[in-house]
Amino acid sequence: MWIYEKKLQYPVKVDTCNPTLAAMLLEQFGGADGELSAGIRYLTQRWTMPTDRAKGLLTDIGTEELAHWEIIGTLAWKLVKDASEEEIKGTPFEAHYVNHGKSPFPHNAAGAPWTANYIQSKGDPIADLHEDMAAEQKARATYEYLIQISDDPGVIDTLRFLRQREIVHFQRFGEALMIVQEDLDSRKFY
Amino acid sequence: MDREQVCLLKEIMEVSFVLDETSLYLDTHPNDERALRLHNNYAQKYSEIVSLYEAKYGPLQNHNMSQYPWAYINGPWPWEFDYRLC
Repeated sequence: MWIYEKKLQYPVKVDTCNPTLAAMLLEQFGGADGELSAGIRYLTQRWTMPTDRAKGLLTDIGTEELAHWEIIGTLAWKLVKDASEEEIKGTPFEAHYVNHGKSPFPHNAAGAPWTANYIQSKGDPIADLHEDMAAEQKARATYEYLIQISDDPGVIDTLRFLRQREIVHFQRFGEALMIVQEDLDSRKFY
Repeated sequence: MDREQVCLLKEIMEVSFVLDETSLYLDTHPNDERALRLHNNYAQKYSEIVSLYEAKYGPLQNHNMSQYPWAYINGPWPWEFDYRLC
């Protein structure tokens, strides 16, 4: 089970009102390589992991991804909460606003809704851990694009933290892959 | 917004982040005694600082004890804090 803890993983500071940037950040809220995809992907893959270490790691990283999803939602919210309709009109956030108001919604920056097609769970631990390592690199690349287009110092600071987490997760998944590989090898008898 | 509350919550977030890192590391290195000691030290620190915070501002988790009336619901919620205050 999960128990909510009333805190963010990282203090989200936003210095400006910027509906366009909010719309772009939703890429990580409901996009293919976003935090929702990451959380659902890892938590779903746990059932077929052969070793305790990989089960623990997927549980903990999957849970951390949900905390990152909350951070992205907070960034998007803080960027639009004080925006007037005049400030929203003509920005890419306008299309979001006519359906969802100022609530974040799990779609990508272009407005395509989140889908389970963004994730995989093959029931094969080697395939799954490779998918996870690739997912972390794709998320890192997305964060780098987002950092490049951001002009809000607080937002950039938070995005740098999230980018760093992708690198740590990639490292841990690589270790889990070696552990699982060794485990599978040790079970083979010819 | 109470600046003291923001400062204390940020301190909790900092200690909690150490635990995020040590637990992921320990998941793949369960026999690293030095890392485990670090984890246990921070786990102790964490429960102390959370007790301090909860006595003043209410439970961080709905399984924890609260004064009357039920203080878990009291804002600001995590996405409402102005973290620049501290």
